[in-house]
Amino acid sequence: MSQNKDAACPPVVTRRQFFKISAAGLGGTGVALLGFSPKDAHAEVRQYKLLHAKETRNTCTYCSVGCGVLMYSIGDGAFNAKSEIMHIEGDPDHPVSRGALCPKGAGLLDFVHSTSRLKYPEVREPGSSEWKRISWEEAISRVARHMKNDRDANVIEKNADGVPVNRWLSTGMLAASASSNETGILTQKFSRGMGLVAIDAQARVCHGPTVSALASSFGRGAMTNSWVDIRNADFILVMGGNAAEAHPVGFRWAIEAKKRGARLIVVDPRFNRTASVADQYVPIRAGSDIVFLGGVINWLIKNDKIQWDYVKAFTNATSIIKEGYSFDEGLFSGFNAETSKYDQSTWNYELDDKGHIKTDPSLAHPRCVWNLLKAHYARYTPEVVNDLTGSPVEGFLAVCKALGETSVPTKVGTILYALGWTQHTVGTQNIRTMAMIQLLLGNIGMPGGGVNALRGHSNIQGLSDLGLLATSLPGYLVLPNEKSHPTLQAYLTATTPKTLADGQLNYWGNTPKFFVSLMKWFWGDKATKENDWGYNWMPKWDKMYDVIHMTELMAQGKMNGLIVQGFNAAASFPDSNKVNAAFSKLKYMVIIDPLATETSTFWQNHGESNDVDPSKIQTEVFRLPSTCFAEEDGSIVNSSRWLQWHWKGAEPPGEAKSDQEILGELFVALRDLYRKEGGKVADPILNVSWAYADPKAPTPEELAKESNGKALADIPDPNDKTKFLARKGELLPGFALLQDDGSTACATWIFSGSWTQAGNQMARRDNTDVGLGNTPGWAWAWPANRRILYNRASCDVNGKPWDAKRKLIAWNGEKWAGIDVPDFKVDAAPATGMNPFIMNPEGVGRLFSCDKLVDGPFPEHYEPMESPLGTNPLHPKVVSSPAARVFKGDREKFGNHKDFPYVGTTYRLTEHFQFWTKSVRLNAIAQPQQFVEIGEVLAKEKGISQGDWVKVSSNRGFIKAKAVVTKRIMALTVNKQPLHQIGIPLHWGWIGVAKKGYLANRLTASVGDCNTQTPEYKAFLVNVEKISGV
Amino acid sequence: MPLQSLDIKRRSATTTESTQARTPIEVAKLIDVSTCIGCKACQVACSEWNELREEVGENIGVYDNPTDLSAQAWTVMRFSEVETAGKLEWLIRKDGCMHCADPGCLKSCPSPGAIIQYKNGIVDFNEEFCIGCGYCVTGCPFNIPRISKEDGKAYKCSLCSDRVAVGQEPACVKTCPTGAISFGSKEDMTELAARRVEDLKSRGYENAGLYDPAGVGGTHVMYVLHHADKPELYSGLRKDPSISPMVSLWKGVTKPLATLAMASVVLGSLFHYVTKGPNEVSRKVEEEIEKEDAQ
Repeated sequence: MSQNKDAACPPVVTRRQFFKISAAGLGGTGVALLGFSPKDAHAEVRQYKLLHAKETRNTCTYCSVGCGVLMYSIGDGAFNAKSEIMHIEGDPDHPVSRGALCPKGAGLLDFVHSTSRLKYPEVREPGSSEWKRISWEEAISRVARHMKNDRDANVIEKNADGVPVNRWLSTGMLAASASSNETGILTQKFSRGMGLVAIDAQARVCHGPTVSALASSFGRGAMTNSWVDIRNADFILVMGGNAAEAHPVGFRWAIEAKKRGARLIVVDPRFNRTASVADQYVPIRAGSDIVFLGGVINWLIKNDKIQWDYVKAFTNATSIIKEGYSFDEGLFSGFNAETSKYDQSTWNYELDDKGHIKTDPSLAHPRCVWNLLKAHYARYTPEVVNDLTGSPVEGFLAVCKALGETSVPTKVGTILYALGWTQHTVGTQNIRTMAMIQLLLGNIGMPGGGVNALRGHSNIQGLSDLGLLATSLPGYLVLPNEKSHPTLQAYLTATTPKTLADGQLNYWGNTPKFFVSLMKWFWGDKATKENDWGYNWMPKWDKMYDVIHMTELMAQGKMNGLIVQGFNAAASFPDSNKVNAAFSKLKYMVIIDPLATETSTFWQNHGESNDVDPSKIQTEVFRLPSTCFAEEDGSIVNSSRWLQWHWKGAEPPGEAKSDQEILGELFVALRDLYRKEGGKVADPILNVSWAYADPKAPTPEELAKESNGKALADIPDPNDKTKFLARKGELLPGFALLQDDGSTACATWIFSGSWTQAGNQMARRDNTDVGLGNTPGWAWAWPANRRILYNRASCDVNGKPWDAKRKLIAWNGEKWAGIDVPDFKVDAAPATGMNPFIMNPEGVGRLFSCDKLVDGPFPEHYEPMESPLGTNPLHPKVVSSPAARVFKGDREKFGNHKDFPYVGTTYRLTEHFQFWTKSVRLNAIAQPQQFVEIGEVLAKEKGISQGDWVKVSSNRGFIKAKAVVTKRIMALTVNKQPLHQIGIPLHWGWIGVAKKGYLANRLTASVGDCNTQTPEYKAFLVNVEKISGV
Repeated sequence: MPLQSLDIKRRSATTTESTQARTPIEVAKLIDVSTCIGCKACQVACSEWNELREEVGENIGVYDNPTDLSAQAWTVMRFSEVETAGKLEWLIRKDGCMHCADPGCLKSCPSPGAIIQYKNGIVDFNEEFCIGCGYCVTGCPFNIPRISKEDGKAYKCSLCSDRVAVGQEPACVKTCPTGAISFGSKEDMTELAARRVEDLKSRGYENAGLYDPAGVGGTHVMYVLHHADKPELYSGLRKDPSISPMVSLWKGVTKPLATLAMASVVLGSLFHYVTKGPNEVSRKVEEEIEKEDAQ
């Protein structure tokens, strides 16, 4: 018996206890004494269950870290064994996840077998209160009939100016950000072929502003670095996101950085799970990030913490801006108060005779970007920051100092952010501010640096890449606009930028090659030079039909149909009550989903959670069961742009089919109707190229190869006419071979190189670390397998790495080479003066974003649309963003700070993924019931105790939830007043195995980021009260 | 036939010697509380691997769910908000079996072979032999074992002995997103802990340290704590745990006394005297004994 300190106290044992101990002990021991020793006492009580189970490799379907998973199914793969998945765990070979999975990934088994999985096609007839099972044949023919009738009645052939616009606006479509790229690209062809312009994906409600902010700063709208690379940072700022909670496995690399000595600071409205392992936590008022970050810019300038060599060479600091540009009293030059829009013409460079930018390397010119920047942020003093953000001055200064230390070439800092920055009316500008800071510090292009946008869904990066957004086409090409692009020539002129600096590589100069190859994919042989490659068949947009706009049109009765592919719109769109009323006005709705959702059951009464009368809702709702990740082959793109291929591990439940089959069957049925009956604007549907072996079921392999692109004719080598770069019919090795003469077809130019003559590059599994954690042999990253974007900027002007410890590439005298694929022209010597940002026609990173954004070339602080201050102390006449688009009815529903005094902010919890995992038992167990987080001070004021029921209301609706009273949400002082914030996790609704709850978006306002219309979910006004049990 | 891929060190209520020839590596799980984000991946992975599903509960005003360990929840995260010197900390501890070198559960267990300690350090429950008396609950200094509502038997973390036996790490260790849970030889884990403690000290946690309490002979699940001087801050982790005095008493003084006093008592009646063990369980045990007899 071991000795211990407790033994110092004499044990107190009662007579009764003595007897019990003796008896029980003796009982057992007696058995043994009498010879009953357990001969069968097995070692390892349970035997290992996976010994011969079939193992299939896949990628987690939840967030964008893209963790590898191993799925084990019953049977060893024998013909007679039905492959039911019985266990899922992490893939130890995966370079990012290394076998780990977060609670969502660890619970994937219960997703695959969820009781909410759909098994059969069903219809809910108008006014009915129940589902009715129907056959696939009936489902497809009824949906096709609805679509044809609506399209024939409403498609617009030409606009008032006679421009062919092929626009079908009365039906909309939502694309699925957890579906594969192969489903995504087929959706693109299907929807644009029909003439749909009201098409959107989850990117609209999450990272839309990332694309606009990063593209307008650096040239591409994607996470700059990669997950593992985070470990190379010296300083990590987590702000506008909660990486530990939303991307736990990716966050491992922040912890690894810490173990290598890095510091981690979290700035957030609440002390979250990321803060729990940070070196420091700094509170902030939701919706005041630009004040904080603008303050950082001011501090860096004032304290000369600028990497000057980088800033002078690689940013537009020296560029001279046109005369007439100004900022005064909250408005930039060119504002039109009537239209709430800016004329951006003064927000641009002064050009010389050659059309190149005028610069002043001495930075003396009063209108050079540097001086404009300095003046703009001089107002953002530490005192102003403290007054408007509520962040303590010492916390703010700690962030400034930590960032400032990375202004030397041998120290690098990074930022991890997500929806905490995007979901604001100033979402794009929040991110822009950080992009500018990273340029000032010389942290872009560097290992361990960058601006790391942590994307939300497993393939939302892919769906953005594939252009499944209202005004987009694959590869960040824009969908033609009826005014700016009435003809192909107009389109190509407007979308092909001219080089703005001597000898600069201006990659978008290749736009005609990308676009013509895309047209050849859309229309196949029907696309000819004579018919402008089928340009007239492309739908042309007049306005952007994002999800907020679509909801408005539905609510006005201007839309008849909505096809919803794996998107829980009822839960994801702002102002859920409005969304429900809008859906109720549709004639038909088609749901393609593996799970039952609030969207497909919007017509069901669920008490206070969804208080509707089904008999009054005349929408005909079709629900088509689809496969989930585990039941299909395909690729998805993680946040760091890796295209990872995954394999099917089991058959889907019941009669569920893949999205590709469903779209294939629907398309063929529609085309047959047009062939048989004719119809309005039939040409695009009859001419769209649908050359799949089985047109009703295009395969992932066929579609992936279309994304990569192929040669339609022999492509001669321009340097040696006797040779060919590719022969007719071959898959292309990369986008460099794309042609503008119709000799190549390519659906997604940035994916070119992903499935070449050498095979499927996305399926590669060589996890060798070639240095700095870079694993170029694992999967395939766009563009051209580059792992760190803008990596030319990791070297100085002479081509020498800024930091020898962080050598990614370097100029070796002949070419650029190293452990990453150079994001540069490989043979362009440093002496040519070519600059690193090759997607920008000026070649440099933009501190001043010129006319790229609608709300200003420099970020400025505007209050959220629902401001808790009711004023903007920086410029009281312009409180909120003047360039926000607000529909009349939505504006009327804004609340004010007198009735709704607290700031509400919604977010994810690590145990759940959006609205899916409430249908996943393991996750429902881990976090079973809706709650809100309330600070101790406010809770005391309101008499709310731990676990009480509370009602949180906005001017649009209410939710009821349990109260988590916490020290982690601190009362702040803002504009000299006390300010309280209420945290609202978003995961609940009326479907699933978790406790029934309310859609958090019943509270949120229907208004979005000025540039992208991503809704303002992170700062709105609410009230809270204690209620009795529900 | 016994499966000897894991060698047994000792068994509850058993006097026959275990095999002694082989000396396998002593293993340990290290939980670095300072890098744990409380994501509950370990909870979920544990339940998934072990095919356990607790009921969907309720929110009680904190993040803890399930709110306690149970036969269906072998590990739970316990969250505490602590203010030390004006600084807020959210201390999150993964609670579960510590796999003591000197296991109070095993010592107090009256049923032969129901609790096994392997030579690698894992303490495993074999529910086939469990009589549901609940003595392991009393005997455990960490309040870990729970009696199942379904079958009246005691359950707890097995350190995934089925995985460890074939060379894998436990499910919770593999899944841990931030690498807060590590698994390896006890020696390696102790060294890793030392490095973590050094890092924490360099960040101002002067009292950082390893929790490997001597009172239970050390454990095969250890914690790195930022405040090793105050383990109670971590949802009441015991500062100096030791086996319940009642178990000590039984093993020390009472056993011989009781043996004398009860020498003439019929064996079956002893089981009925065990207050927590239902009759049917006792019957089951008797049948086991009869079966043994018949062999």
